[in-house]
Amino acid sequence: MSATKPAPVEEAATAPGRPVGGAGEGPRRKHGKGGTLNVFSGAFLVLWVVMAAGPLVWVMVNSLRESGEITGNPFGWPSALSLENFANAWSEANIGTYTLNSLIVLAGSLPGTMLLGSMAAYVIARYTFPGNRVVYLLFAGGMMFPIILAVVPLFFVMDNFSLLDTRHGLIIAYIAYSLPFTTFFMTSFFRTLPGSVAEAATIDGASHSRIFFQVMLPMAKPGLISIGIFNFLGQWNQYFLPLALNSTDEDKALLTQGLAELSVNQGYQGDWGALFAGLTIAMLPILVVYMVFQRQVQEGLTAGAVK
Amino acid sequence: MANDVRAADRDTAVPTPRGRAETPPGRGLLLAAALVLPPRLTPAGVKNDRRYRSIDKYRFVCWFLSVPLLVYGIFVISPFLQAFYYSLTDWSGYSSRFGFVGLDNYSRMLDDSDFWASIRHSVLLLVVAPVVTLGLGLFFAFMLQAGGRRRRGEAFSGVRGAKFYKIVYFFPQVLSVAIVGVVWGAMFDPITGPINEVLRSVGLGSLARNWLANPDIALLCVLFVLCWMFVGFYVVLFSAAMGSVPGEIHEAALLDGAGRSTTFFRVTLPLVWDTVHTGWIYMGIQALDAFAIVHIMTINQGGPGNSTLVTPVYLYKKAFDVGQAGYATAVGVVLLVVTMVFAAVMMLFGRRERIEY
Repeated sequence: MSATKPAPVEEAATAPGRPVGGAGEGPRRKHGKGGTLNVFSGAFLVLWVVMAAGPLVWVMVNSLRESGEITGNPFGWPSALSLENFANAWSEANIGTYTLNSLIVLAGSLPGTMLLGSMAAYVIARYTFPGNRVVYLLFAGGMMFPIILAVVPLFFVMDNFSLLDTRHGLIIAYIAYSLPFTTFFMTSFFRTLPGSVAEAATIDGASHSRIFFQVMLPMAKPGLISIGIFNFLGQWNQYFLPLALNSTDEDKALLTQGLAELSVNQGYQGDWGALFAGLTIAMLPILVVYMVFQRQVQEGLTAGAVK
Repeated sequence: MANDVRAADRDTAVPTPRGRAETPPGRGLLLAAALVLPPRLTPAGVKNDRRYRSIDKYRFVCWFLSVPLLVYGIFVISPFLQAFYYSLTDWSGYSSRFGFVGLDNYSRMLDDSDFWASIRHSVLLLVVAPVVTLGLGLFFAFMLQAGGRRRRGEAFSGVRGAKFYKIVYFFPQVLSVAIVGVVWGAMFDPITGPINEVLRSVGLGSLARNWLANPDIALLCVLFVLCWMFVGFYVVLFSAAMGSVPGEIHEAALLDGAGRSTTFFRVTLPLVWDTVHTGWIYMGIQALDAFAIVHIMTINQGGPGNSTLVTPVYLYKKAFDVGQAGYATAVGVVLLVVTMVFAAVMMLFGRRERIEY
């Protein structure tokens, strides 16, 4: 589990393949040298399961141990099942407040992103008007540049609107920075939808906005779910924007900020238990939701990243 | 947008409808008013006008685009454009006073060893992280797709439990970078961290050390965590790409006597190259942006010394800790250029002829 681990794994990765290729084994031989290959590949696959899940399991187990037990002895089972760490993390380390703040911001930013993103995407995808292409490129171009370049001027734009250190300010910033990808993704999605349904609705006398809300949005549900998952995880996990725009008032800190803060403080106070409990509170719900909806999450995120 | 509407209005008005040869005076005014009035308040006479249809359309387009464009323009586009201007000033960020200094910030960068250190580290991550992450991703994905026992005469079959592996590998990807940073900060801890404990228990106690406090190793730790986060993502992505390759192609390769590694390099990899190529660019950009991990996990956010300082963290420190906002935005412009150059180079040299199947 050292930092250089990936290299040896990768090196060895090609090794098991060699004997099979070199021997020119017939494909139809049922359990030939494939057996050794399977043992090797199986071992690597299991090794990475331990690598991927191990740290998370370790955190969760330690969240049930007392801080005194953890120091100097990273491994071990909880001596008694105590939830004291969770109580400490929730109230004394303010994890409860931070979680609430994160939830409030997300409750505003996620629906806002979805609504504004699909509105813009719908108009771009299905209406011809002068400047259509420019608007599209304006949004699509936003995916290319790093947020970090805009952050200094953004700080002062927010300051001018008195939006610094406010929840609604963060909501607006989250929406703004999620718009490029949401619009880009939904535009290509709306383009794939058949136009005949919308035409039929027009003939029936439905207005443009009515067609959007009652016909096209319901038809775009699969796309909305994909991009919704993408935005949910992206905004819930956002660290950089809150750090830059929401850093003075500790009571307004979001969960990610609170955890980072807790991790620094724990060094002075030695309250490892609270840190692990805080981490567990932060990651367990996400992991549970992920496992329930894993297919949609995987599809949503991979469709989101490479398209 | 108002100009566009009027132009379109004129276009549709040219072939005057037969029954309405003499348009009542003031109709044009009413039509213009209809652009801003909600449909309910529009007079029926205007609504029956032919031209009303395109007005209705443009009104809808304007209303629907206005809010998203406004939010996007104020909070994304305008700060982005302002950044280029501020990079030419000596603005501290604390006050509203600043002077125009031309390219001074950029020439100052040339002598700034901290800046160069940060660029070196960022470029190192940019080069190494995609190699390791995509390599591991391809390896695991191929194992999952083709590493299984040959059952029922099938030439290629997935490993049993492939779905389970994909679910677990994806864990780090759904967690927040902040959580990942804190978890690995604790993992690397010399006293309470399990890494040293594992090393000691397998008899490699001499390798145990204070990982993040050692300037020679700290950046490797950052690199490792970066790769750890993304491997699962690429396993899922590449598995999907490999899964869409028709089975007969692999079967034919096997019948011709190709082993698994030959099949992988000669058949599978070329077929999924498009996905690998896109993933490479994406991972490179992620590696350039390794902000949260460095900011949370490393000592003094970029330390010890400057050993893990990456460009985004350097920018952030200059802007918000020492009050050199102008200089920080100049660093940001350089970072943007590095990103663009990287993307352009990848686009030019990574592209291969697309294989249709």
